[in-house]
Amino acid sequence: MNESGIAVEKLKTNDRGAMRMFLRNKAAVVGLVVFVFILLVTIFGPSLYGTSANKMVSRPFLAPSDDLAPLLGTDYLGRDILAGVVGGGRTTLLVAAVAAAMTMTIGIVIGSLAGYFGGWVDALLMRVTEIFQVMPTLLFSLVVIFLLGPGTRNETLAIGLTLWPLAARLARAEFLRLRELDFVKAARAIGCNDLRIMVRTILPNAMPPLLVSATLTIVIAILFHAGLAFLGMVDVNTVSWGSMLGKNRGYALTAWWTVFFPGLAIVITGLSVSLIGDGLQDAFNPKLRGR
Amino acid sequence: MTALARGIGSRLGQAIGLLLAVVVVVFFLIQIAPGDAALYLAGEQGVGDAEFLAQVRAEYGLDRPLLAQLWTYVVNIAQLDLGKSTYFEEPVLGLILDRLFATVVLAGSALLFAVVVGVAIGVFTARRPESPASSLVTATSLVGFSTPVFYSAVMFIVVFAAKWGLFPVGGIEDVRYQGNWIGESIDFLQHLVLPALSLGIIYLAYYSRLARASMLEVLESDYIRTARAKGAHERIVVYKHALRNAVIPVITIAGLQVGNLLSGALLVEVVFSWPGIGRLAVNSIFRRDSPTLLGIMIFSSAMVILANLLTDLVYRLVDPRIRVGGSR
Repeated sequence: MNESGIAVEKLKTNDRGAMRMFLRNKAAVVGLVVFVFILLVTIFGPSLYGTSANKMVSRPFLAPSDDLAPLLGTDYLGRDILAGVVGGGRTTLLVAAVAAAMTMTIGIVIGSLAGYFGGWVDALLMRVTEIFQVMPTLLFSLVVIFLLGPGTRNETLAIGLTLWPLAARLARAEFLRLRELDFVKAARAIGCNDLRIMVRTILPNAMPPLLVSATLTIVIAILFHAGLAFLGMVDVNTVSWGSMLGKNRGYALTAWWTVFFPGLAIVITGLSVSLIGDGLQDAFNPKLRGR
Repeated sequence: MTALARGIGSRLGQAIGLLLAVVVVVFFLIQIAPGDAALYLAGEQGVGDAEFLAQVRAEYGLDRPLLAQLWTYVVNIAQLDLGKSTYFEEPVLGLILDRLFATVVLAGSALLFAVVVGVAIGVFTARRPESPASSLVTATSLVGFSTPVFYSAVMFIVVFAAKWGLFPVGGIEDVRYQGNWIGESIDFLQHLVLPALSLGIIYLAYYSRLARASMLEVLESDYIRTARAKGAHERIVVYKHALRNAVIPVITIAGLQVGNLLSGALLVEVVFSWPGIGRLAVNSIFRRDSPTLLGIMIFSSAMVILANLLTDLVYRLVDPRIRVGGSR
């Protein structure tokens, strides 16, 4: 096991290099800080702020500039917009995280099998991937929710089932590239079986682009869930940024704050994760190292 | 030329196979859905005894084996029969075709705007890679990527329609111009601006970045250096030699993203009450009108397949390497 010991050691130094690159990237660090802040607000904010996002606190349509209004005004039912913004990320972030994990898992399993074995396995799996790629994503998740019913589990399923083809293609390309390299041949020569080569030898080396793709998937999943909530396709009793936009949009002409702030929360969250993804991409790119 | 014809023929066969697969997936999705269609149909009519249920099952063919049902489904769709809407009590295909124009115009103009303006911005910034404009493109494209299309749409209405009154708030036409075709056309375009902009701007962010990256790469290549070395004018180098190759990835990605474009159009249609197939799909969900929803699903998959096919064709025509080689 001396050989694998060396491999681990090498991976660690590489990781440290990537970490340093990431921390030197100001935009990425800002993204990370903002995202951690959003996570903390989402987890602890509602109990700290104390007002329920579903509770009528004042008259409807109070502008933020109004003396009687809470900081960000009230919506068409007199609910506190700030309370919604603070608590509205919970389901969206939870669903997005689980859906992204699901997407990456399906994508990596299918893509790695296709890329590693090639031949008819590849042809078959890529055909299946293609089927899922030609169905318009949002429409497909609407159909899934329509047929299975709303609820956090089905929403996650609806998003995870739609987004995986991209990850599958990426994983396939990486496995196709890596399986021809010498260290994989070496692993095969010392008698490792296919599963071990795929999981222990190739996968760690395919991780950097997959990790970048995972962050992008999280952004897409956040937007996706917000879109479903906006359309009123998710559990109606949960206040989320998307559902706030969807329910208030009829009044947006006269009460802009009811849609502006929830939407801004989505944009800032998505942007922070995008910045992290961009930073990771640069950090993993050896061409940019040591610059 | 025969190689091109054969290439197109085989792609056409694949496209038909793909559409068939989508139909099968949709069929099995219906099967795994909880609930009993016969029970639901009987419930609609307020009768629930076993005899009536059996009658409903026989009437709708629900008592037949699954594969026989699938076969009927496929044969009907092959004959362009997408079923009958339970809400309108009309053939689904007709409902879709009535609204197709609106969706195609919306998605098409958004795409055209995004590609043309995106490529222009991409070329402009690629020639000045270190300029503030270049960083601005990178930053805007990140914001664009993270902005939900329904948010930009709603905020556009708030600013451009409600506050400044420049454009209508929604819909596709105003009754006051009826009968006057010049007025009608101008009115239609006025209604189109905001929906197309709010859909296109998301993709603009994306394509400008893509065009910039691809232009930067092309400008580095040997043949550009050769063109410059032989003394070609910089304008000719950029707009004739480089642009032609730099545009290829943008066209490819644009063609592959038609599915995403339709998803975005769906949200924009809902926000602007734009009478397209996306809005019909969302309304069908609230009406529990499954034939219409599933029909739209299959129809728009066919549109995506068609778009991919066309992209492939354009690609073959633009890039001679693919024309000769056939497959990768």
